[in-house]
Amino acid sequence: MVPVDERERLNLFEQTMLPHLDAAYNLARWLAGNDHDAQDVTQEASLRAFKFFGSFRGENARAWLLTIVRNTFYNWLRKNRPPEIAGELDDEAMMVEDVSVNAEAINLRLADAETVQRAITELPVEFREIVVLREMEGFSYKEIADLSDVPIGTVMSRLARARKQLQKNLAGEFQTGGTK
Amino acid sequence: MNCQQARPLIDPYADGELDAAGILELEKHIHDCPACALAWRNAQGLKKTLQQDSLFFTAPTELRRRIKAELRSQVETKSRWSFGNWNWLTATTTSLATACLALLLTVTLTRPSAEQRLTQEVVSSNIRSLMADHMLDVVSTDQHTVKPWFNGKLDFSPPVKDLKAQEFPLIGGRLDYIGGRSVAALVFHRNKHVINLFIWPVNKKDTQPAVAASIQGYNVIHWTNAAMTLWAVSDLNEKELMEFVQDYEAEGILK
Repeated sequence: MVPVDERERLNLFEQTMLPHLDAAYNLARWLAGNDHDAQDVTQEASLRAFKFFGSFRGENARAWLLTIVRNTFYNWLRKNRPPEIAGELDDEAMMVEDVSVNAEAINLRLADAETVQRAITELPVEFREIVVLREMEGFSYKEIADLSDVPIGTVMSRLARARKQLQKNLAGEFQTGGTK
Repeated sequence: MNCQQARPLIDPYADGELDAAGILELEKHIHDCPACALAWRNAQGLKKTLQQDSLFFTAPTELRRRIKAELRSQVETKSRWSFGNWNWLTATTTSLATACLALLLTVTLTRPSAEQRLTQEVVSSNIRSLMADHMLDVVSTDQHTVKPWFNGKLDFSPPVKDLKAQEFPLIGGRLDYIGGRSVAALVFHRNKHVINLFIWPVNKKDTQPAVAASIQGYNVIHWTNAAMTLWAVSDLNEKELMEFVQDYEAEGILK
């Protein structure tokens, strides 16, 4: 016999969390870099989320689910691709903004999805994470800090460095493939 | 605002994370500075580029179906009395434990430590001693008069020394009440400054080095020696008060 409260719990979970399954998969897809691994991570994260649904307190469901996706992914990464973890970011390194660069207009309108996708893929995993959370999910700095378990200052410096590298990657695309 | 100040604000501005004052200043700068205006346009362009729908991956239908099926089968196979409820219990216990821990941390973090409370108490007592004619119960510059005066008034015999040679003359002493017990308070002078030295016994055999703190404009240094804790409080600067502490220790404790 299935206890009624278990069924209710599943109903509630499906109503609250499954609307954010696309967001969950999108984050996993950008972090893992391919569909197969992203599906594994998303499925494991969803089951974990259901298991710990009791600790969900009615706050932002999408942020709650994505926190679990993120943690599941890094556990998965440690198990399956340890070398990627090894290249840890040096968040202490102060970002010194060089005013003289950037002085050239980057015509990003030319960038098609495929080009942009490649530029993002070339970023270190922590930068990909922050670009997805900020630009695709629209989370605030504070929400990203909570979700990724880093200080807000780290969020800001990672975001700035990710964007700088993206601009460079994208600008490079146009210089090398300028005739298209 | 110059370019060096403006550049780090461009991203937060584009993200809607800049406060009103920052926005005003930055907009003024961008208006007058073509280079920063260009950086601002690039930032906006990049944002737009990254927000295009085609970059967003949607979950494959098959994945969605599989997750739903897996969740359902988990629920179906759980019986009321075994794994299912146990799982519930685990989740509830975990969250309860987390809540308790959070509460405990909050309480611990917001409650002043014993040391902070004592520091506040000795400073308050020091201020009271300066306000009224309640500084001295026994007026004497002679340590051999002050020390016996405490006999029968305290359940311990405080180390009393005169530091006249080091220019911290003993003025006298009084009974005081700190941390829920009667303590000895000795009064010293350095020029026009008053130093209150509070002494009471503690259950610590080992010596603890001097710790300095400063609240409400008073310097507080406390240390532990020979099972006595000593708290020196004064409006004297920290350097001279530390000198006093060192001189007091150097004198050796009188029995």
